[in-house]
Amino acid sequence: MQAPAPASPPAIALHDVSKRYGRHWALARLTYSLPPGRSLLLTGHNGSGKTTLLRLVATALSPTAGHIEVLGRNTVSDRDTVRQNIALLSHASFLYEDLTAQQNLTVLARLLGLPSPTDVANELLTRVGLTRRTQSPVRQFSAGMRKRLAIARLLMKAPSLALLDEPFGELDPSGIQAMETIIGELKASGVTVILATHLIEQGLSLCEERLHLSEGRAVAA
Amino acid sequence: MKRPAPIGLFRAAFVLLGKDLLIEWRTRARLNALVFFSLSTLLLFSFALGPDTKLLERNAGGYLWLAILFASTLSMGESFRIEYENACLDGLRLAPADARAIFLAKAMGNTLLLVALGGLLIPVMVALYGVKVVLGVGPLLATLALGCMALAAPGTVYAAIASNARARDVLLPLLLFPLIVPALLASAKAMMLVLQGDPMNQLNSWFGLLGGFNLIYWGLGFALFPRVIED
Amino acid sequence: MGKFLRMALPPIALGLLVTGHYIGLAVAPPDREMGDVQRIMYAHVPAVWIALMALTINFICSVVYLFKPSWKTDSLAEASAEVGLLFGTVGVLLGAIWGRPTWGVYWTWDPRLTTAAILLVSYMGYMALRRFVEDPEKRAVWSAVVGIIAAVDLPIIWYSVKWWRSLHQVQSSPKTVDPEMVLPLRISAFAFLAFMILFILHRYRIALHERQAEVALPDALPTDGPQANRTPGVV
Repeated sequence: MQAPAPASPPAIALHDVSKRYGRHWALARLTYSLPPGRSLLLTGHNGSGKTTLLRLVATALSPTAGHIEVLGRNTVSDRDTVRQNIALLSHASFLYEDLTAQQNLTVLARLLGLPSPTDVANELLTRVGLTRRTQSPVRQFSAGMRKRLAIARLLMKAPSLALLDEPFGELDPSGIQAMETIIGELKASGVTVILATHLIEQGLSLCEERLHLSEGRAVAA
Repeated sequence: MKRPAPIGLFRAAFVLLGKDLLIEWRTRARLNALVFFSLSTLLLFSFALGPDTKLLERNAGGYLWLAILFASTLSMGESFRIEYENACLDGLRLAPADARAIFLAKAMGNTLLLVALGGLLIPVMVALYGVKVVLGVGPLLATLALGCMALAAPGTVYAAIASNARARDVLLPLLLFPLIVPALLASAKAMMLVLQGDPMNQLNSWFGLLGGFNLIYWGLGFALFPRVIED
Repeated sequence: MGKFLRMALPPIALGLLVTGHYIGLAVAPPDREMGDVQRIMYAHVPAVWIALMALTINFICSVVYLFKPSWKTDSLAEASAEVGLLFGTVGVLLGAIWGRPTWGVYWTWDPRLTTAAILLVSYMGYMALRRFVEDPEKRAVWSAVVGIIAAVDLPIIWYSVKWWRSLHQVQSSPKTVDPEMVLPLRISAFAFLAFMILFILHRYRIALHERQAEVALPDALPTDGPQANRTPGVV
């Protein structure tokens, strides 16, 4: 991925987006546009709508009202294209408990049609620092190891837009540092990063833009 | 890294099927429990009816399908429980894997599991009920395959729904049992013919019926499943 | 329109019901073989017809919902399934009461009865699903899917049970209907139809209000209260 040309569309564009769960509006009439080539820090308290926003951009959810464009593509009508270009690191790890770390990655590699899935998997396991227990089932992994494996899963997709929901959660200091390095590398390779985190310092050092949410609305931080 | 072209529907289905079979293999303890569950179902039929071997032998086809049916509600529920754990299904959707490929993989996987289970139960029935496979292995396997397919396709759709609802353990059989009555009737009839001989050559018409059910159920599942799992 | 129907339908329905049953019970001739017992037909047959009609409405709503989601369609689907289940239960119970003196048993595994029983269980499952799913959007989609599959399965059940029974001896009930029986049957059918519309209307309003209580309906998007200082795109 190269740095986007000046004419490229915004990385994400939210047009009057609302999302409702039952009677509760998790996001309320949010309008926002992230310029291409910039990375975004999402902040806000628990329940402010950060996760909902990331899941909407990731096309895991559809907006109740309004519409979203990711790299100029609508998340509902052009869902598959958007999905091919984004990757989500979510609270749920997307990992099969009964498969080994390596198997979890090779399944995704096959699904993506990558050549030599096992090699790709091993390479990524090395990159995230999981070389010792690649043959143990994920069920035996600690929370931090799961996080590392989940980020390997994200890297495998080689996304243009990486959506990271609390990437530093459950990591020890060395893990946080490793995660910062990985996010830095992603950005250096031209990937747009959207980051939701409570660790505002780390976030601010990684992102140029900031959006603060409160009760589903954008407010000044 | 260059992004390769997304793989096609059927290749995706086979990748996912491979993943499901791998998980089944790695959790064989669960599989064994399922086999023993259906074995004890078969045993219980003979206790419930008394030791009348003639009666047991005459109705063996029906008992076999009931044992498979009871086991299927457990195995199909389980096949979606692993997908909802850690939101793996979301991971697949966003990969992106075609929702229809997920349906095909799950339905094929559930079919294979049930056919294997049926294959294990047949020798037990020979021992317990004194049945003979009169028509031979070919028609037996065909009956098992067609019947299990007819259970698995609607079962996959309903298991995806029920695994996400409250009272999921009750909901799946409640939704599924009335639906698969036709398939159960036809498979039980066909199985009885396989076990007791087919002097009037009726087996093929039951096969035709089961084939028709399968077309309808698999078509409906293929068309409707994406709406079940996509938000 | 809805209000007018709710006011006008009860007297019409009651009037038709009384007329139809008066003719059926007092004017029409008794059945040659079954005698007066046969008069239960004037309630039994319309109940089954109307049940099928209500479930057809449910099927149509289910299909429409999947193409064009709307709370109104979802509410109508819920209302018609419940009313269909009600009429179906009445029909099956009346059938069983009719069966006792005619066939000597309340229940026989004849294709019609078997199909009706499976149908009732199917839609009980449908209603249970609606109770067991909290998220209104998911509930609407899933019950639409289940509604479609259940409806498509219905003719399959019918034919398979027929095939299954045809290998045994089925007692056939002669269905030669005297023209004098047709009139009360028709009037009763219209009476039941009026009741069905009435019930569905009421049940639909309740369902729609329930939806309204569960979700803010789409036109009620959140507006900017004075406390929420919305500043889009602010760093």
